[in-house]
Amino acid sequence: MRPVYIAGTAELPEVELDKRDEAELVNAVTALALADAGLGRDDVGFTCSGSSDYHLGRPFSFVMALDGVGPWEPIRESHVEMDGAFALYEAYVRLQHGDVDVALVYSFGKSSVGDQDAIGTLQLDPYYQMPLGIGPAQMAALQRQALLDAEAFPELTTGRAKGRDGAASAVLTTRPMGPRIAHFKHITDAHDIGLRGLTRCASIRRAADGMGPVEAAFLHTPFHYQGPFLARELGLARVTASENDVPMVTGLSNINKAARSGVRALGHCTSGPCLQQNLLCVVEP
Amino acid sequence: MELQAPFVLEYAYKRSTGPVIGRFLTALREGRVEGVRAQDGTVYVPAREYAPNGEALGEDWVTVASQGEVLVAAEGWAVVRLDGATTGLLHRALSPLSAGDRAHVHWSAERRGHITDIAGFSAQPAARVEVVEGEPVGRFKQPTRLEYLVHAGPTTAKFLRHILEDRLVGQRCRQCSKVYVPPRGACPTCAVPLAEEVPLPDEGEVTTFSVIHIPFEGQRLKPPYACAHILLEGADVPLLHIVGGCDVSEVHRGMRVKAVWDEEPAPTLGRVRYFEPVR
Repeated sequence: MRPVYIAGTAELPEVELDKRDEAELVNAVTALALADAGLGRDDVGFTCSGSSDYHLGRPFSFVMALDGVGPWEPIRESHVEMDGAFALYEAYVRLQHGDVDVALVYSFGKSSVGDQDAIGTLQLDPYYQMPLGIGPAQMAALQRQALLDAEAFPELTTGRAKGRDGAASAVLTTRPMGPRIAHFKHITDAHDIGLRGLTRCASIRRAADGMGPVEAAFLHTPFHYQGPFLARELGLARVTASENDVPMVTGLSNINKAARSGVRALGHCTSGPCLQQNLLCVVEP
Repeated sequence: MELQAPFVLEYAYKRSTGPVIGRFLTALREGRVEGVRAQDGTVYVPAREYAPNGEALGEDWVTVASQGEVLVAAEGWAVVRLDGATTGLLHRALSPLSAGDRAHVHWSAERRGHITDIAGFSAQPAARVEVVEGEPVGRFKQPTRLEYLVHAGPTTAKFLRHILEDRLVGQRCRQCSKVYVPPRGACPTCAVPLAEEVPLPDEGEVTTFSVIHIPFEGQRLKPPYACAHILLEGADVPLLHIVGGCDVSEVHRGMRVKAVWDEEPAPTLGRVRYFEPVR
């Protein structure tokens, strides 16, 4: 494996978001990350982004946003309909090919333009679950209750992270600049919660296999019960859970926080109902 | 400055079920719950096409009971393992339920071969239901609808305010001097914001076009009509719009066209109804 380093990171302050188009958002946040890395747009050999048109309410917003990184003349580029943490994973894998040394990753999302739970419902199994109208919040309530029923925890807070708008960006390079990615895995559980026990999170346990000790952990927890639950699944005494949740951004932002922490640290991203998918990225100075 | 508008995204999906899910839904219409059995004896309810280990399912079917044990319940939802099944079925809780309770399937008054043929689970025993006859289920309709309040953002908002006043205004890149219309958040060549506005005439030239003959859902014009790239004078990038006011057979590359504006002022590019030939 080629070692990969996080050379630069950036997030945009929330106050600016309403005043910007997608391409401007991307232009601004990627410029900050590149400046942080001390690199220019011409250094970038691969660009990968994470966003969802459903969260933004704009068809082809991910295509429009690409203007922000200057895709003409044509560039090597890819997009995932997921959190930017998964785009970072793709960029990490792409750097393993050997022909490219610098990758630019960004993601952006808004929770304010549509009903996030209704969008979550549409992402469920279209035959057996979506037609019922159940959403991520009710799914989460079932898992929280299952944990309480199993007496795994004396109590678990209800409630959820606050929905926010935001954008994040990171610059990866194979040159020794910034903290090194020491562990990077993502694992998925079965989609149907009737198929998996809700009192264990098998996917995060497998993703954590071989991860080693960390001094800080930034967890993506859209619902408050998930903080103590995932801390237990990871065997960590202290974690930082999400206060805010920006669709498609929180995971990448967590990895950025880990990269800036100055210690061996974990950044986490989850997706899907009841913590179905889990991505873990450990960085070390 | 801020411009916003409601946006509704909706579509009536026609979902093909395939034979396995189709058979499960057909059984629901008949007032029964069926499961598929894997080689290791696991009975999957609801029926699925593949076991998590990749084994193809759908050969071995069993009818399971219409009652079972609650695995978990919260906020009006429950996962219930019906007697004879191995896995849990997620559905509504029609009465207060907790883990370990017995729960019964309650059927909907009208059944059509759909997961909502089950009304939900209740602690109360359910009345028996009649079989609803029909063809095996192969497809069902599933409407979806999402509502948004979309903000135009500053660049598009500026452009649309000019449209309200019958003006098409482009943006010039400060680095490469290319003029773009409609507006973009950044120059795709130079990756810098486009700040300078350039008034453009509502006249230009067709650079390429396509005649639409096929009707589709949500179509606003009656086919045939021509969609064209129109390069406004002074712009470097063409604008996608409609050519009207003539027979589609007259549309050609290099054709001079001019905007036909709607009387009704509205902040949308649709205010230009179409571009018509300059005669």
